[in-house]
Amino acid sequence: MRKIFLLLLLCVSFAQAQETISGKVLDEQNLPLPGAVVNWLNTTVAASTLQDGTFKIPYSAENTKLVISYLGYVSDTLTVTSPSAVINHKMKPAKSSELNEVVVEKERKSLERSQVKAANVSTMGSKELLKAACCNIAESFETNPSIDVSFSDALTGSRQIKMLGLTSPYLMITEENIPAVRGASQAFGLSFVPGTWVESIQITKGAGPVVNGYESISGQINYELLKPVNDIPFFLNAYGSTDSRFELNTHFNKKLSDKWSSSLFLHGNARVSKNDMNNDGFLDNPLGKQINVMNRWQYTDAEKGWVSFINFRYMRDEKQTGEIDFDPDTDKFTNHHWGSEINTDKLDISTKLGYVFPDMPYQSIGLQTAFNWHKQDSYFGFSTYEINQKSFYSNLIFNSIITNTLNKFATGINVTYDNYGEYVNALDYSRIDNSVGAFFEYTYDNTNDFSIVLGGRFDVHNRLGAFVTPRLHLRYNPWEKGTFRLSAGRGKRAANIFAENQSLFGSSRALNVINGGGKVYGLNPEIAWNYGVSFIQNFTVFGKNTEFVVDFYRTDFQNQAVVDLFASPQQALFYNLDGKSYANSLQVELNYEITHHFNIRTAYKYYDIKTQYTTGMQERPLQAKHRFFTNLAYETHIVEGGRQWKFDFTYNLMGKQRLPYTGSNPAGEQMGNYSPSFSLMNAQITRTFSSVFEAYAGAENLGNYQQNKAILGANDPFGQYFDSSIIYAPVFGQMYYAGIRFKIK
Amino acid sequence: MLVLLVTLLGMSVQAQDKNEVKKNKNAKYEISVNGNCGICKKRIETAAYSVKGVKSAQWHQDHHDMHLILDENKCSIDDVHKAVAKAGHDTDKVKAEDDVYDKLHGCCQYERL
Repeated sequence: MRKIFLLLLLCVSFAQAQETISGKVLDEQNLPLPGAVVNWLNTTVAASTLQDGTFKIPYSAENTKLVISYLGYVSDTLTVTSPSAVINHKMKPAKSSELNEVVVEKERKSLERSQVKAANVSTMGSKELLKAACCNIAESFETNPSIDVSFSDALTGSRQIKMLGLTSPYLMITEENIPAVRGASQAFGLSFVPGTWVESIQITKGAGPVVNGYESISGQINYELLKPVNDIPFFLNAYGSTDSRFELNTHFNKKLSDKWSSSLFLHGNARVSKNDMNNDGFLDNPLGKQINVMNRWQYTDAEKGWVSFINFRYMRDEKQTGEIDFDPDTDKFTNHHWGSEINTDKLDISTKLGYVFPDMPYQSIGLQTAFNWHKQDSYFGFSTYEINQKSFYSNLIFNSIITNTLNKFATGINVTYDNYGEYVNALDYSRIDNSVGAFFEYTYDNTNDFSIVLGGRFDVHNRLGAFVTPRLHLRYNPWEKGTFRLSAGRGKRAANIFAENQSLFGSSRALNVINGGGKVYGLNPEIAWNYGVSFIQNFTVFGKNTEFVVDFYRTDFQNQAVVDLFASPQQALFYNLDGKSYANSLQVELNYEITHHFNIRTAYKYYDIKTQYTTGMQERPLQAKHRFFTNLAYETHIVEGGRQWKFDFTYNLMGKQRLPYTGSNPAGEQMGNYSPSFSLMNAQITRTFSSVFEAYAGAENLGNYQQNKAILGANDPFGQYFDSSIIYAPVFGQMYYAGIRFKIK
Repeated sequence: MLVLLVTLLGMSVQAQDKNEVKKNKNAKYEISVNGNCGICKKRIETAAYSVKGVKSAQWHQDHHDMHLILDENKCSIDDVHKAVAKAGHDTDKVKAEDDVYDKLHGCCQYERL
């Protein structure tokens, strides 16, 4: 119910030849009410109030009833008998005319699928991101069935993500639509973005848009950082877990003027003590520390149509792993103990400038530029690996329409420059890559049941050559709440074979590149086509919302930089694909709202991923053929002061996974052809005490499933059977964590 | 001399006329259109887009108003009023035919003023 006080101040202007009455309309808080309609009853003589609530309306003697109306307020009729009368009128809400407040309850889903976009995009909101235990965005996909998170290997401690059964190098990962995790940062990239910095994540399955580049093959993940203009003045998050990992996030925000605002994000994390739950003499997860600082500036001038972002960021990450007794000061490059250190520095500066034409809101122009410097120094036993990458990226995008907004297009040009200094055991693989490209993307949307996006780009790259990248997305709603989608597209990329397969350094495998005469490590660029269909139907069962999703995607490689772990356990071979390589992925998902605030999400996933190796057609290793996923989320009503409980439970069943070949090793150093199947359970409870403070606690791997033999040849890490890269299940086992969040709004 | 002056004057008048004729390529309008639901929205916007020269049409269910951007060289705002009314929705200028209104989907049987 709204209390309404409409204060009307009338005064009369004598100065004018034609008599007018002017006045002022105020709302219940005595603030000016612009846009209220003032008219003489049963006439067309009308006026509306200005920004300051004032109005002027011609007066003539035959009109006596002045009506004032505004949506959401009770209209009132005043009797004006004389133009000179000064009327102070205060309206009171009459009982009969009280507005019946209608509460439309529509909870925003934490994971949303668009019904209108042509591409298969789902958006993870901040609520969904909070479901993950910790702490960076690589770990935030655990409650999302479209993305599989692999288990961190003991060496890097970072989690690789997969979509459609393909690892992250085949995904385009962008930070606010600027390519972010690429090249040197492939292995760790997502673990360098703290989860609290992220506002939302958009996941596109299948071929991505052409606007961001030609590299995406199986999909695109875009994460949006918190916007300084919407950010809260202060945020603090502290986290600790039984695997002795501690994280601290603090955010500061200041609105400097009505146009400028700035945020400062500070992140630090550390793993301070050594864990060896499986008693193999090796750390289960690396010791480490990271500091990560970002300063963001946002400029917004809505009236003139300008918006700009400027980001500065620096990160330093240090990791140490290997044998428990390894001490870098005394044991580095000795055979006392096997150990490894990975140190990474990263500096990023990115800017965005956007202009929306004020008289044409559908037309805009945007310029993105990014400079990145990434430097990794590392050693693994006696092997050394060093990579530094200096990159420049720029993209100029123009958006407009053809005849009307049913026909939109985006076009532009972009430039990339990558200077890699890469040394594998002092062997120099340094190179410079650059490319220039132009793109055009046309979107037709009939605003009803059909839309199509046709995109194409042409690029000239010093190693990939000159090539065309076509992409297609189509959406059709054959009936109410049913959405059918189709996509197809081509992707091309240069595989950074060492950076992407760093876990292999944690083995005594010899890394052999079989020169195929190509321009990237002697290999040809990877080229793949991706085709997909998906269908979503929303309906109600017992009056509750239900969503049924089925999608099928196929990726066909024309060329691939094949990583062969089947030839010999003492080797990793890299060569050009000779024959077939494909990835089929089927996902069936059923989501149901059991009761209000209680949702269940279930998914079954089937992967058929095979590659022609020299030893024949084989399943891609470390990939389960069958997976089942379910997530239960329950939350209580928010009561007075913002108090609330939230419960979240995730169950994952992993089918057996093909393992790399170890059959020629001595019996004790073999792993078999397949891993066993196993299940994993995670749970989390969040207690919100007020809008300022909340605490959470949870457990990962409640069933305490562990890969017993995580490292082959652990007794002799300098011997020929050592391999720490075959990780198909958690090594650490059960893990508990707790944390707090503190916000000042 | 006088002839020249007259000619010049005439030319400047012509030029002025031309300026007056020049119409706004991105003219913004806000018109009121009666309707109820999402189905109405689709019908109203589709009708508006059927008018050649309409660049952008967005109908807002909560306020019953439609924001338009159109090229005045190609159409006028009256054309939009007529097109929307023809589809069955009353605007603040043109009323729909009763039989067209009667044929609208049940949820679109908005209260006529």
